[in-house]
Amino acid sequence: MPVPRSLVRFIGRKLLELIRTVQGLGAFALITLGVFFSKFNVAREVIRPMIVTQITRAGLKPLGMVLFLAAALGLVVIGQMVSLFTRLGANEYLGLVMVTTVVRELGPLLTALLVLSRVGTANVIELGTARALGEIEALEALGIDPVHYLVVPRVIGMALGIFSLTVYLILGALASGYLWAFLQDVPLRPGDYVRQLAGALHGLDFIILALKTCGFGAIIAIVTCYHGLARPLRLEEVAGATIRAVAQSVILCVFLDAFFILIYLLA
Amino acid sequence: MSETENPAPPAAAPILELNQVAVTARRDPATPVIGQIDWCVRPGEFWVIGGMHGSGKSDFMAMLAGLSRPHRGSYRLFGGEMSGTTGEELLAGRRRLGLVFDNGGRIFNHLTVAENIALPARYHQQMPPEEITARVQVLLDATELGSWAHQTPGGISRNWRQRVGLARALALQPEVLLLDNPLAGLDPRHVRWWMDFVARLAAGDALTGGRPVTLIATTDDLRPWRKAGRQFATLHDGSWHTIGPMPAVGNDTTPMLRELLVTETGE
Repeated sequence: MPVPRSLVRFIGRKLLELIRTVQGLGAFALITLGVFFSKFNVAREVIRPMIVTQITRAGLKPLGMVLFLAAALGLVVIGQMVSLFTRLGANEYLGLVMVTTVVRELGPLLTALLVLSRVGTANVIELGTARALGEIEALEALGIDPVHYLVVPRVIGMALGIFSLTVYLILGALASGYLWAFLQDVPLRPGDYVRQLAGALHGLDFIILALKTCGFGAIIAIVTCYHGLARPLRLEEVAGATIRAVAQSVILCVFLDAFFILIYLLA
Repeated sequence: MSETENPAPPAAAPILELNQVAVTARRDPATPVIGQIDWCVRPGEFWVIGGMHGSGKSDFMAMLAGLSRPHRGSYRLFGGEMSGTTGEELLAGRRRLGLVFDNGGRIFNHLTVAENIALPARYHQQMPPEEITARVQVLLDATELGSWAHQTPGGISRNWRQRVGLARALALQPEVLLLDNPLAGLDPRHVRWWMDFVARLAAGDALTGGRPVTLIATTDDLRPWRKAGRQFATLHDGSWHTIGPMPAVGNDTTPMLRELLVTETGE
C-alpha cells in the first residue's frame, strides 16, 4: 500500500525542523563557549555579580522545594521498598537501592526538571520579552555582546545551581529514606545504613554526578537562552518559544542521562 | 592675496560616508527598504532626516549604528569600512557612536534608571565605582532624571524613558549621536527640552567633553527641527533625497516635504 504523500511531506517537514533546531542549538552552544573563553576577563565587575545572581536564582531560591521533594523521594523509594525487602529478607540492599535510584538517576534528573520549570521557563520569557521589545538590539548598540552579558552568566549559574541543588536533594532523600525506614520499624541501625550507602558509592559516582548535573544545567541554559534570544520574536511568540524550550530541554537532558547510563554499564 | 598664499581650510574628513548603499528591513534582511543612498557627514554637522511612518527611518538608523549591514554599497564609519566588519572592530565603532531608539528608548527593564545609564561605562571602562557614580549623577542632573534614579523603567512615563535612553547613549561620550524619531509621542514641554538639549550638544557641552557632537536625527515632523545650521534630507518611497541647509527646505516643493512641514491647522 503506497504511503500518502501528505504523510511523507509531514515527516519531511518535521525532519527538516529537527535538523535546523539541532544545527541552531549546536551553533549557539559553540558561540557561547567561544564567548566564554574569549571574553573571560572582559567586564568582570559587571559579569561576576550577574553570575552570583544566577547561582542564587538556580541554586538557592528553589531550596525549599528541593527539600520537600527530597522528603517525598525518600518516602517513595524507601516506603515502597521496605515492605518488599522485609518480606524477601533483603534489607541489607536498602543502601544500594538508594544510591542507584536517588544518587545516580532520580536526584539529578528531578532537580534538573525542577530548575527547568522554575528558572528555565523564566529565562525564555525574560529574554524573549527583551528581544521582542528591542532591548537586545539596544545592548548591541552599546557595544555589549548579548551572549556575554545574558547567556554566559546563566549557563554558569544554572550548571553550578543544579549541581548544588542535586547534592542537597540527595542528602535530604537519603536522610528521609532512613527516617521512613525507622518509622516502619525496619531493623536497620543508622551506622549500618551509612555503611550500606558508603559501600554502594564509588568514585565514578561522584565524578558522573558532577558532570551530569553541570551538563543538565548547561543544556537547560543553552536551550532556554537560544529560544529567547537567537531568533527575532514578537511578544505573542514568547509563549510558543517557552513550550518548545521546555520540550527540547527535557529531551536533551534524557539523552545526556542515557549517555551516562552507558558509561556506568561500560565501566 | 592669492588663494595659494591663504588657502581655504580643508574640509574635515567625513565621519560617516555612504556610497550607493541600499538598506534592508531588520526583520527581513533580504528585502531592501531604501534603494540607494550617497551621503557623507562631516564632524560637527547636524542632519535631520524626515520621513513618514514606514519609510525605513529606523532601519536606516540601525544600519548607521552597525546593527545591520547594508544590502549593497559601501558604508564607512570613522574611516573604516563597516560592510564586512565583524567582532571587535564592529564593537569599537559602536562605542564611538550613541543611538537613542524611538518609542521609549528601549531601556533595560531589569535595571533601574541609574543602572541603565551606568551600564555602558561599567561594561566598557575600567573606572572606579565612585567615578562611574559621579558620571551617572551628572547625566541624571543634565536630563532631570534624578527623582527616578532608583526606579525601574516600568514606573516612569514614556517622556522620561526617552530621556533615560538619551542619558544612556551619552554615557560613553560618543562622537556621533543618532536620534531615531526621539520626539514621537512626547508632550510639548518635553519636545522643547529636547530641542534645547540637542542644541547644547551640537554646540559642544561638558557632557561630551566640550566638543560639538555630530548629530543625526530622524523625524516624521520636521517643524520642531527647523533651525539655521542644520542640514536636511528625506526618505520617501524607498528613495533618499538630500535637501541641504535650512533655506533649501523652504524652496523645496516636494509634496512629501510640504506634508512633513505642515501644521495641523494648515499653517
